[in-house]
Amino acid sequence: MNNAIIIQSLSKSYGDVEALKNISIDIKTGEIFGFIGSDGAGKTTLFRILTSLMIPDHGTAEVIGFDVVKDYKELRKNLGYMPGQFSLYQDLTVKENLNFFAGIFKTSIAENYHLIEDIYKQIEPFKNRRAGKLSGGMKQKLALSCALIHKPKVLFLDEPTTGVDVVSRAEFWEILKSLKQQGITIVVSTPYMDEAALCDRVALIQKGAILTIDTPENIVSNFHEPIYAVKAENRHKLFEDISKFEATKSAYWFGENMHWIPKENFDEKSLENYFNMLNYNNIYIQKISASIEDVFMELMIK
Amino acid sequence: MRTIFFLLQKEFIQIFRNKMMLPIIFVMPIIQLLILSYTATFEIKNADIAFVDLSQSRSSRELIAKFKGSPFFTIKGNAFSIKQYDKSMLNGDIDIIIKIPNDFESSLLNGRSTFVQLISDAVNGSAANLMTAYALQILFDFNRNIITETYGKDLMSSQIKILPRYWFNPELNYKTYMVPGILVLLVSLIGAFLSGMNVVREKEIGTIEQLNVTPIKKYQFIIGKLFPFWVIAMVDLIFGLILAKLVFAIPILGSVALILGVAAIYMILVLAFGLFISTITDTQQQAMFIAWFFFVIFIIMSGLFTPVEGMPKWAQIINIINPIAYFIDFMRLVMLKGADFVDVQMQILKITVYAITMLGLSIIRYRKNA
Repeated sequence: MNNAIIIQSLSKSYGDVEALKNISIDIKTGEIFGFIGSDGAGKTTLFRILTSLMIPDHGTAEVIGFDVVKDYKELRKNLGYMPGQFSLYQDLTVKENLNFFAGIFKTSIAENYHLIEDIYKQIEPFKNRRAGKLSGGMKQKLALSCALIHKPKVLFLDEPTTGVDVVSRAEFWEILKSLKQQGITIVVSTPYMDEAALCDRVALIQKGAILTIDTPENIVSNFHEPIYAVKAENRHKLFEDISKFEATKSAYWFGENMHWIPKENFDEKSLENYFNMLNYNNIYIQKISASIEDVFMELMIK
Repeated sequence: MRTIFFLLQKEFIQIFRNKMMLPIIFVMPIIQLLILSYTATFEIKNADIAFVDLSQSRSSRELIAKFKGSPFFTIKGNAFSIKQYDKSMLNGDIDIIIKIPNDFESSLLNGRSTFVQLISDAVNGSAANLMTAYALQILFDFNRNIITETYGKDLMSSQIKILPRYWFNPELNYKTYMVPGILVLLVSLIGAFLSGMNVVREKEIGTIEQLNVTPIKKYQFIIGKLFPFWVIAMVDLIFGLILAKLVFAIPILGSVALILGVAAIYMILVLAFGLFISTITDTQQQAMFIAWFFFVIFIIMSGLFTPVEGMPKWAQIINIINPIAYFIDFMRLVMLKGADFVDVQMQILKITVYAITMLGLSIIRYRKNA
């Protein structure tokens, strides 16, 4: 089985709002596949359909060979799902939560301990602490342990790193990589574009539609437009002026700098002239190579 | 079975870990039973009475003295005009006024009949009825004495005398009547509210998502949710029955086994009602208010305070869906009248059918995928 997940022209609407518009994707067995998109892009709706919690209006989806509507009973035995919202019992301890989820999947902690060992070891010192009293990073680890305890073939993680500190985020991705070694297909969604580079393949999703699907490397290498980092003293004025500039194709904030993409036949010289005309001092313009985030920003602005 | 075991284990850990849960389940119902049983009474004591004695005679003073001697009345005043009591009557300081006319004594001495006016505050209709009845009793006795005095013999002794006997509750003890009803009420509230709240809570904090992607079957989930509260409500009921017997000396004439057996079915009905509410709501707040909406109506119409027979026809029809009415009826019949299985088989049948219907409805309504 080459494809773990086959999604064919999937649509879902809430009243007048189209949450998913005719989406088709194949996700390969054993890859880490990322859905990148801002809030309200349709990621959670897609995850809820793929985990059999919601029925699509149109289209079909097959997860590890099971139709998400018809074969949901079999599917549920084989999938792990970590919803965006922390969904374990806050009033149960770490151990009790894990024990409970192992129990209802008809397995035990001992049986699949090897799967969760790396993660669970880190929270084991707190096993008698209530889940509600854990820090954000530890909560994620517990939720992941609970989603893994029944040895799922595919793992859905809906925004697992939202609201988690930078160190825990990095750790979390390390864990995902080690899970991939065990042959588990991992589907993850995130609003953080920098996490896209950590996936094997990513899909950029916006307003219920897929803008692009590829490996992070290909997405970057297929992008040929020049990009400039721009810095000036008055940030607010800079943004206003650069937006008004006729040579600007797109401009957006990227941390400290503005990233500027000129229209065809323009370059940094034209921008420099423009700033001189407006009596700017201390301007900094530097040609840079595009990151995956630049590509996404560019795609989304279109 | 193993799955249900894990579900039950989880529920019980959660219930007993919640600090407020033990008081809610065990202390609150007992306090309510104790307080309500003493206070939910129709007996009138210390009705406040005032007189307008225009006669100011020996006879009128004798009449007032009769009221003074009664434990039901506290005399609050004696004035010359009803107007003087307008305000006190409005404030509720005086419940009843008796006006004695100025020709009271002269009429009686001359063998003529005379009129005494009785005014009562009827804002609370049933209380006014009772007070007036007590007052009339005293006036009637007084009247009889006058006739005896005037004619030298008791002319009224030859008429029909009524000697009421109150069956099943000979001393007209309101506690005997109220306690079984209040007990039903308390276990119903515990059952419906706790079960409903519990499922909605899983929705509210999102844990239901995590449960729904597991292979738990519908029936397992529902048993896991209902059974703990079924046990709790049954324990509460047994506790309440013991309390009723020991503290209030309520007779339990019928079979305790019959009571518990039917209570077991009734609790399924109440729990299913709570579960049904939880399937149509998303937050504990919504569930709470909808549960209240139904249960306030059910309680008031249940016959706990006022007899169902006295309600309008349409209200009696609404009572067909009132679980509390069925069970209060059953409990009073078995506890106070000693009814056996055959006597209450209709009630049992209705409760059973209703329980199955409600459980079925909530199972249909409860869906794992939205």
